[in-house]
Amino acid sequence: MTTSTPVIQAPRNRASKSNFELYSWIFMRLSGVLLVVLVLGHLFVNLMLGNGIHDVDFAFVAGKWSSPFWQTWDLIMLWLAQLHGTNGLRTIINDYAQRNGTRFWLKSLLYLASIIVIVLGTLVIFTFDPCIDPDFTLSVCQ
Amino acid sequence: MWSWVAHRVSGVLIFFFLFAHVLDTALVRVSPEAYNDIMATYKNPVVGLLEAGLVAGVLFHAFNGLRVVLIDFWSQGPRYQRQLSYGVIVVCVVLFVPFAIRHLSLVFGH
Repeated sequence: MTTSTPVIQAPRNRASKSNFELYSWIFMRLSGVLLVVLVLGHLFVNLMLGNGIHDVDFAFVAGKWSSPFWQTWDLIMLWLAQLHGTNGLRTIINDYAQRNGTRFWLKSLLYLASIIVIVLGTLVIFTFDPCIDPDFTLSVCQ
Repeated sequence: MWSWVAHRVSGVLIFFFLFAHVLDTALVRVSPEAYNDIMATYKNPVVGLLEAGLVAGVLFHAFNGLRVVLIDFWSQGPRYQRQLSYGVIVVCVVLFVPFAIRHLSLVFGH
């Protein structure tokens, strides 16, 4: 018998009773809806108001992050966007990388990059110091 | 089908931009000069055009994502998925055109 029908292997995690894929599916939709507001708001404030991109410099960031509102906005946006993007790329790697080893290494690289972005971004938001600019004569820098 | 492909492509592009964007923003912890230098590249016309492309990708991913949510959770979503696709294109164009006019006149006007 000759046939070109591809052989489909049994699901890899059959024994697993984990609902991880269900939760990640729900997370993509919930975080996606929130990110529409957070990202489009971020783009509008940074690129459309005032002189748009010409206003964005160190003083602009210092002004925004002097407000807990924008610190919180950026922190939530950072975490949701990075987790949403990581889960999206995880799905794409699972779909297109056929060899077990390739999937393993691509996902290891993905998770490493995600941890770096989340940790670095969070530290930057919480440890930002406007007073490293010697031109700043804000009262908090005295 | 094509909106599914475009959703993946735009998602991957936004992912790589986010990686670069968090790293460039982290330069505010190095020095004001380091951050202002990297922001100067964002203001150059070539990068300004790429930003417009990025925003087009973000708008498509955002509103096509909302379409996916409607198809999944709204009882009438699957029936209207085609009309929703046209809606995504209309909303993206309506938002992108004024954005592009304003952003590109800022980028090229200075």
